[in-house]
Amino acid sequence: MEKKDIEQIANLARLGINEKDIPEYVTNLTNILALVEEMNTVNTDDVTPMAHPTDAVQRLREDVVTETNQREHFQKIAPQVEDGLYLVPQVIE
Amino acid sequence: MHTKTIAQLAAGLKSGEFSSVELTEHYINRIKNHDGELNSYITVSDDIALAQAKQADETIANGKAGLLTGIPFAQKDIFCTNGVKTSCGSKMLDNFIAPYDATVIESFNNAGAVMLGKTNMDEFAMGSSNETSFYGPVKNPWDTEYVPGGSSGGSAAAVAARLAPASTGTDTGGSIRQPAALCNLTGLKPSYGRVSRYGMIAFASSLDQAGTFTQTAEDAALMLGVMAGLDEKDSTSIDEPVPDYTASLNQDVKGLKVGLPKEYFADGLDVEVAKRIDDAINEYKKLGAEFVEISLPNTHLSVPAYYIVAPAECSSNLSRFDGVRFGYRCEDPKDLEDLYKRSRGEGFGDEVKRRIMVGAYALSSGYYDAYYLKAQKIRRLIANDFSEAFKQVDVIMSPTTPTPAFKVGEKNDDPISMYYSDIYTIAVNLAGLPGMSVPCGMVNNLPVGLQIIAPYFAEAKLLNVAHQYQQVTDWHQQIPEQYK
Repeated sequence: MEKKDIEQIANLARLGINEKDIPEYVTNLTNILALVEEMNTVNTDDVTPMAHPTDAVQRLREDVVTETNQREHFQKIAPQVEDGLYLVPQVIE
Repeated sequence: MHTKTIAQLAAGLKSGEFSSVELTEHYINRIKNHDGELNSYITVSDDIALAQAKQADETIANGKAGLLTGIPFAQKDIFCTNGVKTSCGSKMLDNFIAPYDATVIESFNNAGAVMLGKTNMDEFAMGSSNETSFYGPVKNPWDTEYVPGGSSGGSAAAVAARLAPASTGTDTGGSIRQPAALCNLTGLKPSYGRVSRYGMIAFASSLDQAGTFTQTAEDAALMLGVMAGLDEKDSTSIDEPVPDYTASLNQDVKGLKVGLPKEYFADGLDVEVAKRIDDAINEYKKLGAEFVEISLPNTHLSVPAYYIVAPAECSSNLSRFDGVRFGYRCEDPKDLEDLYKRSRGEGFGDEVKRRIMVGAYALSSGYYDAYYLKAQKIRRLIANDFSEAFKQVDVIMSPTTPTPAFKVGEKNDDPISMYYSDIYTIAVNLAGLPGMSVPCGMVNNLPVGLQIIAPYFAEAKLLNVAHQYQQVTDWHQQIPEQYK
């Protein structure tokens, strides 16, 4: 784990991190990856991954509308809206 | 009034000894007088509480009261509460007034319960000491130099100091059981899927489960009865019947087969904690329980597997906090990417950022098989260990934590040492089993918890086993001197 790895992961996660914190991320992530390395002490080739503790399958339902439109209610807590739309900095010139 | 359990308070309300308004005012006053030092609440919703209490008094007068009608509760600030700030302990949601109720909150409202407020917690439930909260650390009522545990530290401290008769929490890797142990409470983490996760801000979706902090197992049974059940809004909630959890509390435990996993009594367990666990085992022996040593051979892999699964799911879940639709937005973003990066960089605290980074790495192209898939396979091995064990025993017992509470600041600089404070609780989440922590003694005036683990959906058995112990011991009734 090096500085450029940290910068790449932070970019993937769209996470702004301070330049001065990078050495600490290098140390912490290196240590955490060393900790999880222990998983490789066992062979799991024939083991089925566990996605749900009781192996439940996805429940399906009829394709009908059950939610009412609450756009105004939900947009009350948005940082910036206009005419029912969420505003972000200009993306296309 | 504040030394009473939910069951006793319900009886007092029913007989007219006190009203819900009087009871609620009493707790609000206690919060005002005592919470300055503890910091267990982020929001005190006194107006709502008093309105709910008034309504409850009318319901009681009309003879229509249920078991929780008029009883005040504290809710972990991870549950969305319509019209009330829901911060999840984060600057990211400091301005977030939830526009809807979590199913858990709706269940309490439908039961006529009163909400005193929202409790402090580690940021996005990531922590074991309640020190990562944007709102500052919570202090342990038994000794304010010590942590209450986490992530549901505020919910635990509030009940330990009797600033609420009971509270809700969530448990992803021990976040109910560990603070319950450190604060001398009865903490219940139900089976994965037993209680709806709808409106409970997600950390690690395949592990998160809501549960309770109470003074007694009987109270936990009352609360779980209201919280449990299928919810169409949570696709992982399970369609299992909800029994009357109080019905089997009084069964005796004669002949109960209890497994003691040798891996949970190995190096790293504090000698004094081990003695308190031995004392508890002896009490159970007197009640007729039988103990056998068992092995859960993949225990050592639980912390490593957890620190892939939880961060990976956290990095995915927390991608919704982007500064666009709700929550924190940075000042003057120069473009969309800057908006995302600075809103997230400024809105999240250190531990949350650390886990997002680990998770993003583990899920990044080329690493998925080596990390997340590998961890999901390890989960299967850990779950299989428990299944094998439950072929020979009814329940498993162990210490909840390797040591009593540690000091505020003690483990701040070393995330890994903090992670290992959940070493006995994490495997239960990976397997999705129900687990409890029950007060079983003190070391230097700091509480110790006994963990009890049962097979899937055997919460009634867990509660019964805990209740029987509480009939012959009084550890669970002890309250820190200054909060009596």
